[in-house]
Amino acid sequence: MNIATESSLEGATGAPVETDCVIIGAGPVGLFAVFELGLLDVKAHVVDILDKVGGQCSELYPEKPIYDIPGLPVVTGQQLTDQLMQQIEPFGATFHLGERIDELSREGERFRLVTDAGKVFLTKVVVIAAGGGSFTPKRPPLEGIEAYEGKSVFYSVRRMEDFRNRDVLIVGGGDSALDWTLNLHPIAKSITLLHRRDDFRAAPHSVEQMRRLVAEGKMRLMIGQVTELKGADGQLQHAWVKTKEGEETIPVDRMLPFFGLTMKLGPIADWGLNLHENLIPVDTEKFETNVPGVFAIGDINWYAGKLKLILSGFHEAALMAQKAGQYVYPGKKVLFQYTTSSSSLQKKLGVK
Amino acid sequence: MAKITFIQPDGSSREIDATPGVTVMEAAKLHDIPGIEAECGGACACATCHVYVDPAWREATGQPAEMEEDMLDFAFDVREESRLSCQIKVTEKLDGLVLRVPAKQF
Repeated sequence: MNIATESSLEGATGAPVETDCVIIGAGPVGLFAVFELGLLDVKAHVVDILDKVGGQCSELYPEKPIYDIPGLPVVTGQQLTDQLMQQIEPFGATFHLGERIDELSREGERFRLVTDAGKVFLTKVVVIAAGGGSFTPKRPPLEGIEAYEGKSVFYSVRRMEDFRNRDVLIVGGGDSALDWTLNLHPIAKSITLLHRRDDFRAAPHSVEQMRRLVAEGKMRLMIGQVTELKGADGQLQHAWVKTKEGEETIPVDRMLPFFGLTMKLGPIADWGLNLHENLIPVDTEKFETNVPGVFAIGDINWYAGKLKLILSGFHEAALMAQKAGQYVYPGKKVLFQYTTSSSSLQKKLGVK
Repeated sequence: MAKITFIQPDGSSREIDATPGVTVMEAAKLHDIPGIEAECGGACACATCHVYVDPAWREATGQPAEMEEDMLDFAFDVREESRLSCQIKVTEKLDGLVLRVPAKQF
């Protein structure tokens, strides 16, 4: 499916992106919000930290069945995501993937949002549909690892040059670990791949390629785990690795741990919103937070009787959109209509 | 009913009554056992219901399936006796089961 993505430069290099609504989170509820807002002519930009849409549905359980979506007796996380994308296609939302909203503040009548890439949005309303929070890389259980992060321990590769002529230790057994092993091996001084077992989740052909490099003596594969890091001033120098054969110290000045992602509330905590056990309290009429114009829908919100169900999030999106529409078009009288019979709604959906 | 004991990292422990047929994770959540998070709700998709099975009980609980092994890659401080509690079904045979809760679930 084609997704319109804004060039990462726009918004970051001066002119902010001006819009009616920014939706934070491209999970099922954020996606369906595009639909409900779209019926009311509210244009939306959607921002998500993952590099794909679908949120937990595509990150945690793309192949697993969901049985409680009304009208769909069984649907996988990925199928639901694909079908939502199809459903919201007429509304032409713009997606900003791989970016996280770090700041939210008032600017006159509007809100100013800034992403971790420095992109700026000016928007009339904000819809937080952030689910369990933002997906962030898991930190390995190693004492003092924080001191090396961003200097010699990285959770993703932004610039391959940072790894040239380095002794690189890659930890993990999935596609990220294997792909970077294969990609960095030509430029690194040495590559060691470390995994807790001699079985890999990664694509079989990458595993095969890796094993070939090991056989040719071009890289090292170790089965075990890191127990300790040694270095100074953020510069990693050695790693202690425990294997079945015993403990070994290897020289390392770059480490890439790939232990998957976990959900953290993240910067949302700093936006002046009331929080209730890391959830955002809302009313059950408009799903608005304590900050007028900022809404919270889906798993991230809290109210008496809240159930973390996708179907509840869909309902919340519909009610939220009514109020959001009033902020975007003040004083406009909204006629309640059904998609089944309204020719104006059908025109918006592109079916008339 | 099967009795299951959860031992916390600080050494404290609690015994609960679990109904055969539910998963150990579900039984733990039902009794508010600290340290069993189960972020994904039992879909074997997150590795936050990780437990260590007492050596005496490893045979009875069995080995993790392939999908569970894959998920264990994401768990904190994985050991030989590591399992995801959402993948262990409570049976009468597991009456007396002893599990240790890891220091954290990432």
